[in-house]
Amino acid sequence: MSLLEIKDLHARVGDREILKGIDLTVEAGEVHAIMGPNGSGKSTLAQVLAGRELYVVTGGQVIYDGKDLLALSPEDRAREGIFLAFQYPVEIPGVSNMYFLKAALNTIRKHRNLPELDAMDFLERIRQKMTAMNMDQTLLNRPVNAGFSGGEKKRNEIFQMAVLEPRLAILDETDSGLDIDALKLVSAGVNAMRSPERAMVVVTHYQRLLSEIVPDYVHVLADGRIVKSGGKELALELEEGGYAALGIQEETEAVGQR
Amino acid sequence: MTAAAEQIGNWVSEFTKWEPQRPWIQRLREAAFQRFSELGFPTTHDEEWRFTNVAPIARATFRVGYADEGVTIGGNDRGVENPNAAEVADHLGHYASFQQNAFVALNTAFLDAVLTVPVIRVPAGMIVERPIEIDWEVPEERACDPDYSSPLAAQPRTLIIVGANAQCTIVETYKGAGRYFTNAVTEIVAGDGAVIDHYKVQRESVDAFHVATMQVVLGRSASFTTHSISLGGALVRNDIGVTLSEGSDATVNGLYLVNGTQHVDNHTVIDHAKPHGTSHELYKGILDGRASAVFNGRILVRKDAQKTDSKQTNKNLVLSDDAVIDTKPELQIFADDVRCTHGATIGQLDAESLFYLQSRGIGKAQARSLLTQAFAQDIVDRIKVPELRNQLEKVLSEKFHEYGNY
Repeated sequence: MSLLEIKDLHARVGDREILKGIDLTVEAGEVHAIMGPNGSGKSTLAQVLAGRELYVVTGGQVIYDGKDLLALSPEDRAREGIFLAFQYPVEIPGVSNMYFLKAALNTIRKHRNLPELDAMDFLERIRQKMTAMNMDQTLLNRPVNAGFSGGEKKRNEIFQMAVLEPRLAILDETDSGLDIDALKLVSAGVNAMRSPERAMVVVTHYQRLLSEIVPDYVHVLADGRIVKSGGKELALELEEGGYAALGIQEETEAVGQR
Repeated sequence: MTAAAEQIGNWVSEFTKWEPQRPWIQRLREAAFQRFSELGFPTTHDEEWRFTNVAPIARATFRVGYADEGVTIGGNDRGVENPNAAEVADHLGHYASFQQNAFVALNTAFLDAVLTVPVIRVPAGMIVERPIEIDWEVPEERACDPDYSSPLAAQPRTLIIVGANAQCTIVETYKGAGRYFTNAVTEIVAGDGAVIDHYKVQRESVDAFHVATMQVVLGRSASFTTHSISLGGALVRNDIGVTLSEGSDATVNGLYLVNGTQHVDNHTVIDHAKPHGTSHELYKGILDGRASAVFNGRILVRKDAQKTDSKQTNKNLVLSDDAVIDTKPELQIFADDVRCTHGATIGQLDAESLFYLQSRGIGKAQARSLLTQAFAQDIVDRIKVPELRNQLEKVLSEKFHEYGNY
């Protein structure tokens, strides 16, 4: 049984159809890259998988670990092991990172029939993971993402992923807004999470992330459909020839993004 | 008899049953009752009361309790003096005017013996470390005493005199059980350079009426901060007035939480009477159910009050479709070299934030409750008395837990 099976998925936002029949199968242990020009539907796919209500699924199905994923609430998807690293992590003033992450980890642990962690055990568990992401401990007492730089927000996403240990991680443009050092740090964090039990779907516009996080498969999304699939070399082809070499026009208007 | 006359008539027997007081108090009482009779209870035709209908109070019959019943004063073990009668006479009733406000008139009409009114006096230059706690409590057996046919009308009255360059923290708490009416008046006078950190926590029963006026007069360069936390009551009206002098600084913050059919009305008046004054005002409200709230913030900058710097913000989080908020800034500026800003927002929980929390496994109800609590957090964080802040955090987290549960 595949970990994730997407069949003929259609989705719209408002009156506009964005996903026009996506088919994708991801096995445990694999890393799939989804590339494509702006407006092709990459972020929409990521958000639909995580359960964002803004997007209405109009057709097709998604089977995750044998379950009908689309029937689950966003929180149940997370508890079942899906994690979305946001392209634009939202700032939540008034909720501390520590409180937020502890609440998240404990709900997920409870779902997995593991005992909840108290503050001490929690700190113990995350300390090393913070260091790995070069994150200052003071960030824990600050409100979620509030006042974080773009790079700090992205590092915080990967740090959360490390703490929550998902089975399927979806990284939405995790490389955007990162300088080269931050990109290497984030990529190292992601690579450290690769394992035979865990799959990753890496959404990106550019090839540069894929030199750091080397995918098993690359898919090119255009106008709501996967138009080409291949191995990691497909990303290099795109880097050289651009999307135009595949006969894909870049849309200037971003759809499905803020 | 007209309805209005009948409503006043209910109070006449209460007024006359009281023993004659010291002559100056008795004169004040009589003048106040006379004025109350003329004014009558306000109606929604009065601009100041447009959104708050006090008919449930006006129509009811109450018995008046002694002002000192149910009050305890704590914390002021050192440094706070008992003022003499002459000094009280110099201040009592001088700031909260009963000429325009029927509720202040009613409260003043039921002033009793001088020393049963809590009077806090902090001498010049004294720094009182521990918060002075003034707790007004109406236990259920007093609210609806079986010996009486009518519920209690408590008329709490507080006078706080803070000398020049003195510093103190004051926490006023109002709470109770059952159905009753609290009609409170607090007067605070601060000498030059005084620093006062004031809190009012209103935790009345959900069946209670609570009307309160606080009038504050600041000396030169005096600094006054107040946080008005409104949690309980069926029908609540808070009037806060602060008059600034040259270089004085006023921070007037508030938090109101209403649910069910609760109604809370916060009216504030910041009077910049002299130059170089600064005022900051932040009121935040959380509304749920079919509750309603009013915020009316008047900022008056008089002709003399050049170089005034004033900022007012009112933010509301509306959790249900049926809750109603009326918010209105009122800037009256007669000086030309001033900086005054105001802003009001009314919003729901942010869908993106909710999704973010849910995408990490946090259930929708808990996510709602977390975000609601987060909205109130910046007011809570400003509370400098740790016990009060902890107590409030606990109460709020219980309340927000209820809010999340749907």
